[in-house]
Formats: sequence, structure tokens, C-alpha cells
Amino acid sequence: MTDHKPFDVEQLRELFPILKRKVKGKDLVYFDNAATSQKPQSVVDAVSNYYSTYNANIHRGLHTLADEATAAYEESREAVKQFIGASTHEEIIFTKGTTEGINLVASSWGRANLNPGDEIIISTLEHHSNIVPWQMIAEERGASINVIPIDDNGVLDINAFKKLLNEKTKLVSIIHVSNALGVINPVEEIISLAHKQGALVMVDGAQSVVHLDIDVQKLDCDFMAFSGHKIYGPTGVGVLYGKKALLEAMPPYQGGGEMIKEVTFEKTTYNELPFKFEAGTPNIADVIALKTAIDFINAEGKPRMRAYEETLLTYATDKLKAIEGLKIIGDVPHKVSVISFIIDGVHPQDLAILLDNQGIAVRTGHHCAQPLMKRLGIVGTTRASFAPYNTIAEIDTLVSALHKALKMLK
Amino acid sequence: MAETKSISAIEQVLIDDFSLFDTWEEKYEYLIDIGKKLALLDPSYKTEEYKIKGCQSSVWIHSTYKDGLVYFEGDSDAIIVKGLVSLMIMVLSGHTPKEIVDAPLDFINAIGLSSHLAQTRSNGLRAMIKQMKLDAAAWGS
Repeated sequence: MTDHKPFDVEQLRELFPILKRKVKGKDLVYFDNAATSQKPQSVVDAVSNYYSTYNANIHRGLHTLADEATAAYEESREAVKQFIGASTHEEIIFTKGTTEGINLVASSWGRANLNPGDEIIISTLEHHSNIVPWQMIAEERGASINVIPIDDNGVLDINAFKKLLNEKTKLVSIIHVSNALGVINPVEEIISLAHKQGALVMVDGAQSVVHLDIDVQKLDCDFMAFSGHKIYGPTGVGVLYGKKALLEAMPPYQGGGEMIKEVTFEKTTYNELPFKFEAGTPNIADVIALKTAIDFINAEGKPRMRAYEETLLTYATDKLKAIEGLKIIGDVPHKVSVISFIIDGVHPQDLAILLDNQGIAVRTGHHCAQPLMKRLGIVGTTRASFAPYNTIAEIDTLVSALHKALKMLK
Repeated sequence: MAETKSISAIEQVLIDDFSLFDTWEEKYEYLIDIGKKLALLDPSYKTEEYKIKGCQSSVWIHSTYKDGLVYFEGDSDAIIVKGLVSLMIMVLSGHTPKEIVDAPLDFINAIGLSSHLAQTRSNGLRAMIKQMKLDAAAWGS
């Protein structure tokens, strides 16, 4: 860890080649980090290096390349284990991303454990990927879904959650940090309350893992899913963490190679954890490069990057609030470096188009959280999400670009 | 105007209009202005039935058929998209179903807006064109 080194954003930017590019003739201002983060050169090189020097299928080949690829793949699992504080590598399942992790639990755990009349609790803040998989399995198993309400700023109503919890509640699946608003949910409290009632808790960590320190054992969550591409890693790789005892008791999610111990036409026995849940040739290159992304985060220091993100967030919040008619949704103390806002009489899509023409990438729309937008009574928001490679000057560029866009639209 | 000029002739008028502007700002201000001038759509047509589901903004298109020609009216809740709706209506309204269905509609590229419309999927332009052609085809059948 190099936490004591002063944070130098210019030095950090040097590691990200894409930040040098122009968009429509202007310097790129990338404020869509909550959708996907940019990648340091080391991550790009890790993918390229794998294919250039030791590409091989893993786990079964008895040759040097297979050995090297297997070792790198399993080193990545070890890195993830340490990164989130899991107790054993068997609790780390590689997936395509958060969505697959949630689907895996909904499908495998849900099919084995949900019965007619059982209840699942989610919240109004959920991303569609933490709604739809539960609806699918609930429908199949005759279970039902209850939803924790929020206030107008996107803060969960914990008292309402307490009332929703009952002996029929089998699982609570909750977004750790709202992708649409940046609000941090009190998952520790939710987990503790759910466990008292005998319910399991799955945490959607897609937006939290890059910002917050994660220790799954301390948190005591039963499952957590997150994506590599939001933590400076490649797309197409994600992680499902699950407590070993739960994963062991769960049936396989998909059948195929890698996940078997022995196959006959009469009966197949399954491989042990974590391979039981990794059917088929995995995304070897990107799994390996995920370790490089974790190495990058560890070298820079999450608390150090978070402190800088806080500076960006505070500065941007003040500047944006000064714009007439602009309202931040989710303007609460406990949030990550995401600002979601609406402007009186302005459609988010118009803003996005006019900002893009000024080289600025923000996200607009419903952020794959249509029920949340419906609850808030809006069609969508404009979301600027910051990473440690963003600068105060870029925020100034956003603010002046917004003024220009508003002038054009009015 | 629409009754006398062919679709490609109207497209050429728009291409000429937009060519007067050098910067993206001017082109967009013109498009926004066109959007603001679009005739109001009767609220009774601003319903789910006439709505084209885009990813981000809502677009409503209503068509009528008179003396062998299709007439469109429409609206959007986003002003730039409303400008696009307006352009499409200028180009397509008042033509026969066959003319509308067969129109290649490549003027959007020619007026130099498309390179600035990064969100081609979400701005619903393609969905809009598809719906207008479907409407025309339905009147013609």
C-alpha cells in the first residue's frame, strides 16, 4: 500500500491511455464511470500479454502453457479473495459480471430453496438485474417479492424493511450503492436484521466495490456479486462471492465441462467448489487481467482514491447546485462520487446530446432502474460519476458545457 | 409544399438549409427551433397507442390518410428529438404509402447531424422512421 504518498491526479491519468483521446475535437471528459471505468495500460497489457505469450486452456492441460495459464487464473482468484476478505478461494466464483452472479444465485439457490408462499425482499433502488432474476424465480417457485420503499432522496425506509421481514422471508437482495443515485445503503444493518429473521442476504456490489472497503466476512453477507469492468478491469468478467456452506449445498447452475467430476450416461458427479459453478472454458484472459486491476487499486490505495473522489464530489455538488433549476436527486451525506440530477423543463436526453458534442460523456435516462424513476416521478436523470482520474478542471468544463446546453435549449 | 415536391426534393431543401450553418451549435439551434415550431399534437393522440418506445425519450406519431396520401403529426418530450420528428414529418407527410415506404431517407447523414447524434439507438430515430413506414404501409394495404 502506498497510502501516504500524496495523490497526484496527473500521474494517475498517465496510466490511462484513453484519457488522451479527443471526442468531436475536444478533450474527452469521461464522467460515465458508474457505467464502466476506464482501464489502466497495465490491464490492457495483461490481456494482450496472456494471448501473446501463454494462451492455453486451463486446469487440465499437461503442458507448460496450460500450467502458466492455470496458475495466473488461480492467482486472480486468490487476489479477489483477499480483495473482498473471503475466507477461502472456494467462495470466489468467476462469472461474466454482476448480472450473471445474481442470476446464478436466483436460479441455483432459488430453485433449491424457494417454495410457494416464500418471500424475497428487494428495494425500490434496485437495478433491473437485481429485480428481474428474482421475479423469474419467484414466478417459477410460487414465491413473492416485497419491496423496501425509499424517501424522495433515495434513502431506504428501514422501519418499513423491518415490517416486511417475517418468517416467510427467505432472502433479501439489496443494492449496496444505488447505480442511479450513488446513495450508500446501510447493508450492515440490513444483513443483521435479516439474519435475525433467518433470511439470507445477497449484496449487489456492482457500484460499491470500486469505492468502498469490502470485507465480506465482517459484513457477513451471504452472497455478493460485482463486475470487473467497473473496477478498472476488463468487461466480461465478474465475481460471485458466496459463503462456502451455502455454495456447497447449491446445485450447479450450468452443466458442461470443467464443472464435473465424473460423467457417465447414467449419472454425473459434480466437481468441487469453485469449479462446480464454472462450466465451460472460462474467460481466462479477462479473469487474469482482473488481478491486474486489483493490483492497480491496491497500489493506489482505495482510501486514498476515495478521499480524492470526495473532493471531486463536494466541488461538483456545489457547482451544480448553483445552476438555476438544477436539482440533485440523492443529495445525502452517505454517497459515492455520483451525482444524478434533473433540470426544470429540460429532458435529460437533450442534455446528453449537447454535452456529447462538447466532448463530455455522462449517462442519462432511467439507469436501468425504471421502478425507481417511477417512484421519483421522473423520466430519468443526468448522471455524472467520477473516478480518481477525473479533475476539478473537468468539472468546470462540465459546468460551462451545461450552461451552454441550457442556453441552446431555452 | 409537401403535395407538390417529391420526398427527395424536400430532403434537398433541408440539406441546403442546414448547409448554411458551419458549427454544430448552429445546426442544433436550428433543429431545436424546428422542434419548437412543430404543430401541437392533439393530446388525445399522446397515448400509449401512438407512442414509439425509445430508450430515453417518448415520441408519439399519429397518421391520417386522405385522397391516397398519408399525413403525419407527432411530438416528443425531448426537444432535439422533437426537431427530428418535425424533420421527418416535413419530409414524409403528404406522400403516397409507396413513396414513404420506399424513401431511403439519407438526408439525416447529409445535413451533418448524424455525426453529432451519438445516441442513434436511444434517440429513437430509427424506431421513428420504422413506425412511420409501417403506418404508411398499413394505409396502403
